[in-house]
Amino acid sequence: MTQPFPFSAIVGQEEMKTAMVLTAVDPTIGGVLVFGDRGTGKSTAVRALAGLLPPISVVADCPYNSARPEDCPDPDVVLNKQIVDRPTPVIDLPLGVTEDRVVGALDIEKALTQGEKRFEPGLLARAHRGYLYIDEVNLLEDHIVDLLLDVAASGKNVVEREGLSVRHPAKFVLVGSGNPEEGELRPQLLDRFGLSVEVASPTDIEDRIEVISRRDAYETDQDAFLTHWRGEDEALRERILKGRKLLASVDAPRGILEECAKLCIALGSDGLRGELTLLRTARALAAFEGDKKVTREHLRKVAPSALRHRLRRDPLDEAGSTSRVNRIVEEVLA
Amino acid sequence: MTTTSDAWQNAKLALTILAVDPIGLGGLNLRARSGPVRDRFIAALAPALAPRKLTRAYPAITDDQLFGGIDLSATLQAGRTVLTSGLLTTPNTAILLSMSERCPAPLAARLAIGLDQRNLTMIALDEGIEDEATPDALLDRLAFHITLDEISLNDCPGIEFDHDTIAVAQRALPKVKQPKDAAELVTQIALRFGITSLRAPLFVLRAARARAALRRETEVTEADLSSAAALILGPRATLLPDAPQEEDAPAPTPEDAPSDTAQKDPNPAQIPEDLVLAAVAASLPKDILDRIATSKASRTSAPSGGSGDKKRGNRRGRPVPPQKGQLGSAARLDLIATLRAAAPWQTLRRQAQFAPSRKIHIRPDDIRLKRFEEKSDRLLIFAVDASGSSALARLAEAKGAVELLLAEAYARRDHVALIAFRGSEADVMLPPTRSLVQTKRRLAALAGGGGTPLASGLEAALLMAETTKSKGLTPTIAILTDGRANVALDGSANRITAAEDARTIARMIRAKQTPALVIDTGNRPQKALSDLASELQAPYLPLPRADAHQVSQAIEAALG
Repeated sequence: MTQPFPFSAIVGQEEMKTAMVLTAVDPTIGGVLVFGDRGTGKSTAVRALAGLLPPISVVADCPYNSARPEDCPDPDVVLNKQIVDRPTPVIDLPLGVTEDRVVGALDIEKALTQGEKRFEPGLLARAHRGYLYIDEVNLLEDHIVDLLLDVAASGKNVVEREGLSVRHPAKFVLVGSGNPEEGELRPQLLDRFGLSVEVASPTDIEDRIEVISRRDAYETDQDAFLTHWRGEDEALRERILKGRKLLASVDAPRGILEECAKLCIALGSDGLRGELTLLRTARALAAFEGDKKVTREHLRKVAPSALRHRLRRDPLDEAGSTSRVNRIVEEVLA
Repeated sequence: MTTTSDAWQNAKLALTILAVDPIGLGGLNLRARSGPVRDRFIAALAPALAPRKLTRAYPAITDDQLFGGIDLSATLQAGRTVLTSGLLTTPNTAILLSMSERCPAPLAARLAIGLDQRNLTMIALDEGIEDEATPDALLDRLAFHITLDEISLNDCPGIEFDHDTIAVAQRALPKVKQPKDAAELVTQIALRFGITSLRAPLFVLRAARARAALRRETEVTEADLSSAAALILGPRATLLPDAPQEEDAPAPTPEDAPSDTAQKDPNPAQIPEDLVLAAVAASLPKDILDRIATSKASRTSAPSGGSGDKKRGNRRGRPVPPQKGQLGSAARLDLIATLRAAAPWQTLRRQAQFAPSRKIHIRPDDIRLKRFEEKSDRLLIFAVDASGSSALARLAEAKGAVELLLAEAYARRDHVALIAFRGSEADVMLPPTRSLVQTKRRLAALAGGGGTPLASGLEAALLMAETTKSKGLTPTIAILTDGRANVALDGSANRITAAEDARTIARMIRAKQTPALVIDTGNRPQKALSDLASELQAPYLPLPRADAHQVSQAIEAALG
């Protein structure tokens, strides 16, 4: 098994990297949606994130990644109750996956060979406490996307089928990526993602050369390359861990709340999800940067990612939503 | 003659380089119609990729075949789980994907994962005509794109491989060094050819190293780099170096048209676009798309919903929960659901008196049948008259009308396509897409001028409707014209044949039961167009002439 490309070695794409790091600091921000051209490092970033994140401790035999043996929803299967460290799960959700595979279903094998009615956990269980990555999310069947977002929002997977009635925790960060030229995502679904970023191929020739040289170095001499970048990845991991500790104590003054609300009103975003996400993201950024207080600067930095996909969609608007958000952020936070 | 054998030489070189580094280079896209030339190339594939086993795959390949799964019959027989191994789970697989232009997006995504994880070599056999091609997600990950069309059989001697040379090269490959500035050089070249993907330059570097290894050199030379760049970047190039950056600027210039209408209307260009749009918005019926749907329903008496037709069958589409039923000729057994239904009773049934000694007991009422529901997407084909007569008079308003319909189509998640007819023929400006951005861009770039080949426009729309029907879309044609057809199908300027041709095609469209809508963009409603509409059995809609300015004047007058 080859090691993933180091997260710190990804050139540019700062917005995407920040968004992913922030969801690692505060998973309750909600998922990240990455839209952009092919070959811009979307998949690379997600897979690299897996290598970056600190390991989680889980019960060895628990298919639901429970932290303690008593948390396990299905204690019968847990024979080995030892607590072991595992890398943070990053589960790939292939396109065309069936609902059975996602939520789990009757364990056919057990049913056939032992005549036992038993639940076989699906991908949602495996992604618990980690990341669920969907490449080409805009091509995924709508009913699966609905289901995923529902579970991601509630943190619980409820299965009622084939006479099975199971509920188990499934808290994960949803990362979706896609190419908007191939189809768009329904606005209702867009809104459920916490952050959205747009990536493009680097236009700067120096950046491009740097990307090519690093990737080439990674492919020709992987060990040396990984050793070279390990230090930076470690440092980033430390910052994420520190940010997590600091998160609870970060203060958001009333003025900041007001500004969040003002921004969302000015942008005409539906519901209150915009404000909540904006606040959470700003707080996570403050924690990540080691600040005790959320400031306007934080808001300004995260507003595009947190609000870009929540604009009332105007299909005849020529200017992209990014420029609209930037304009309004400038006006409100002037 | 020399060029054709060059192409064959290139193909051969690509295959040899691929043989040296089959994993790193991903594979090869072979675009050619089936024929002896292609057969000759395919025959060389298996020896080139040996010892990898070349497995054929088809676009309809299932997940079980790709990723492995439970072998159900063997499991039942053995009484324990028997697993099969899939193509992607076996290391070092080589896949020969036939008809890769039909490869659906989900399969492409799966194969792309396999290619990204570097345990797969893929040869895609692309038999596409014109726009059909291997999905971009795959193309981007295959180093070589080879085209074998237009090579005559005499120009392509069979390919022989010297396996020792390749084996030596494979061993030497990790030790090959490249000059420090190679990466920089390759990136710049790629950018100058308008290649934005960053995978292409990486492939060039790898291919150059493989070529150096083949020559038993330990250092990549400029010749290696340029040969690899020609092979890999050539087919990917989107613009020629030093050519102007606008690659798809519209060829026809609308400059000749404004001059002749300038006298009639002193300031046609000064109408702000927003105003035109708003005006049309006020006068186009809101539920226009629904009206087409209902008019179609009354004609074919087929059920039709807001989006495309819904077909419930047992062959394809999104699976809906299986149903209890009896096995018939057309029904398909849902094995898993049947076993699921039977599973809880196994212990009881086994203990029943006179139970036959079987591993598994299935009763008729366990039988579950597969059901699928296919919702075919709707496609709106806009056939827009961009001729000189309609052009500057009301082309902007026609565009506005299309944008309005687009907004409605967008809300319904319909696909749209754009055909423009002007001069002597009709052009497909935009093949069916869901991307609103692209449609708007093409629409904005639509230039006007020339004759009105209405028949050609209708014909293009009809052809597109028919091909998309076979792909499972439900097409609707919206025709925007001022109706003065003056160019016949054969391109001759003859009003009478032109009108006759248009009527013939219209009858054909009706015979195919394709719903349509005629929007008259002329200054005055045209009799010829309402006739055409009745020929099509389509709603006829004169685009009213009103703008926001007039409307507000009228309101002011009324309020007086």
